[in-house]
Amino acid sequence: MTVNSDRSDVVLDIERLRTRIETPRGVVHPVNDVSLQCRRGRTLAVVGESGSGKSMTFMSVLGLLPAGGTIESGTVRYQGREIDPTDKKAARQLRGKAIGIIFQDALAGLNPSFTVGQQIADVVRHHEGVSRAKAKEKAIETLGLVGIPNPRERADYYPHQLSGGMRQRVMIAMGVALRPQVLVADEPTTALDVTVQAQIMELLDGLRRELGMSLVIITHDLGVVARYAEEVAVMYGGRVVEHGEARQVLKNTVHPYTEALLRSSPRPDADVGELSPIPGQPPNLLAVPSGCSFHPRCHRANGRPECSRDIPLLRSLSPESQLTACHHAEEMALQKVSK
Amino acid sequence: MVAETVEPTTAAPYIAGDEAVLRVENLTKHFVKKRLGRPTTAVKAVSDVSFDLAPGETLGLVGESGCGKTTLSRLILRLIEPTSGRVIVEGKDVTRLSKRQLREFRQRVQVVFQDPYASLDPRQRVAASVAEPLTNSKLSSDEKLRIVHETLERMGLQRAQARLFPHQFSGGQRQRIGIARALSVTPKVLLLDEPVSALDVSIQAQVLKLLQELRDEYRLSYILISHDLSVVRHVSDRVMVMYLGRVVEMAPKEELYTAPRHPYTASLLSAAPVPDPDVERTRERIQLLGDPPNPASPPPGCAFHRRCFQAELVAQKLGDSEVTVLEDGRRVPRTCAEKQPVLVTQDATKHWSACHFPLSREAVATVTA
Repeated sequence: MTVNSDRSDVVLDIERLRTRIETPRGVVHPVNDVSLQCRRGRTLAVVGESGSGKSMTFMSVLGLLPAGGTIESGTVRYQGREIDPTDKKAARQLRGKAIGIIFQDALAGLNPSFTVGQQIADVVRHHEGVSRAKAKEKAIETLGLVGIPNPRERADYYPHQLSGGMRQRVMIAMGVALRPQVLVADEPTTALDVTVQAQIMELLDGLRRELGMSLVIITHDLGVVARYAEEVAVMYGGRVVEHGEARQVLKNTVHPYTEALLRSSPRPDADVGELSPIPGQPPNLLAVPSGCSFHPRCHRANGRPECSRDIPLLRSLSPESQLTACHHAEEMALQKVSK
Repeated sequence: MVAETVEPTTAAPYIAGDEAVLRVENLTKHFVKKRLGRPTTAVKAVSDVSFDLAPGETLGLVGESGCGKTTLSRLILRLIEPTSGRVIVEGKDVTRLSKRQLREFRQRVQVVFQDPYASLDPRQRVAASVAEPLTNSKLSSDEKLRIVHETLERMGLQRAQARLFPHQFSGGQRQRIGIARALSVTPKVLLLDEPVSALDVSIQAQVLKLLQELRDEYRLSYILISHDLSVVRHVSDRVMVMYLGRVVEMAPKEELYTAPRHPYTASLLSAAPVPDPDVERTRERIQLLGDPPNPASPPPGCAFHRRCFQAELVAQKLGDSEVTVLEDGRRVPRTCAEKQPVLVTQDATKHWSACHFPLSREAVATVTA
């Protein structure tokens, strides 16, 4: 691992994880040979489109796979100890306490008929077995931590009495109520206004620093990656295709998919001229293309036999560079240098 | 026909004159809440909005949720009745059309919705969905089918796919079907309500490119509503920024993005992350405080003054008599807290803003550098 071979600060270590889900239409592998490390106090971004496996990787680790889903192979270590996410009891203990999670549709995650303070206190009581009064104190303290003004008063509010941004903060409070070591934020800012987006991301970044957590942002927004992540893994068709320091991956990409993503999105700060859309569609997991799953959409593949024949290995081109899974990464790197 | 001639007014950001395909005049919508049958509070969802649209022009519409974007679009489509003001499409006042005339109007202005999963009837074949706007036309069913096929093909879909159901398509394809449906009646104006935000990044570019091609091909005018400032920058010619039901700034795209005059616009632009770590890690960002205020009880004066960084900066140079101290102790100019700013243009350009202390080009450079 060229990104960082020192493992002393790794809190959550996912190694060669492969997940299968049996669906009525056949078996799919939403996560295929994925290795990721979450480090203390650092931010990892996992980028990809729908069906890329970015959420499923962490759902597998947390034992939250949909019905018919199992881990086929690979190991998950939390603070050096191997854990078995398929063990329901172990997974329940891991969730919340070791790994907090904030789901994409935050507003659907709150129960309208309980006060927000009570909902957070429930989480605390379930895991820590403390008294109601203590749990409520902790809930109020956590509401303050996520930047809700007058937390003592707001704890008695029902979700409908809070604005969208405030409810999002309550969801984050539930995620960090037990002060987890790892916080997974699944599309935390999708569908939010840019101003609220910025507030929420600043909050998550601040909590990471304050609590020394490892923060995982699952996103499709490369702008968020550029601003907040030290490390980024780009996923496609269930596999990691490029993985390294955010700066390397975004500024000096050596995978055609990452490059295509960057070239197909407009920017808020500059006129990009004509967009170059990626042809075709993200792969259907029931019929993943042979070889490199990106080859049918890749302008570099262009009928080259190895692309449709062999699955490219994730490797680095030089000791300092990021990992890439492309047969023609060297060619890409050379063209960049000659430019 | 109620074809009325409309006097041009100069005190509004009109650019197209007689050419305008759409003209919105002082449009206002207040929703009145009733309790026990008696009106109590009015939510001023849209207040005094005026603009026009030139043929082939794309107008971007941005603002936070609750700013009135959706109400404005529903007013333009005449899905709801305005409290006051007019919507003029090709010289006709839409707000006064009879039911029959309205049918004709509906063919001139069409809409593409955000969610391609919710906006197509799952039990209707694609051909039926696309042909639906043609229901009132006197075309034969063969002719209708020909239009459906041609439109679908132009969208990059196949003729044979007209027989399929929506669930057999991907999100991007469904959005193409949504666009095909809107275009089947050859409208002049297309209202695009978050047209790509439900799509994957790689698919967004395909749809944006298609929309741009269609605009040039059919000389369509777009109103593009989006919370994604990158998308708005890429597609729009002019951009209108709304805050709490009012237009606070309107300018040609380039002007608005490089030299915003309203502090709210500057804050919005500054909040949008840029996919370049070197830029992102070095630039300062303006952090907007709090949430947008409740439109049912907007603050007095400028609706933005409680979240405004410019107001604070200006107040630093003012004496105590000219300053209002807010509940949280922040000081803002008295004018901002008491007087509602009007939308004006300072230099007879196409750049309009509603701020007592608009930003200069230099000021923008220092706060966003």
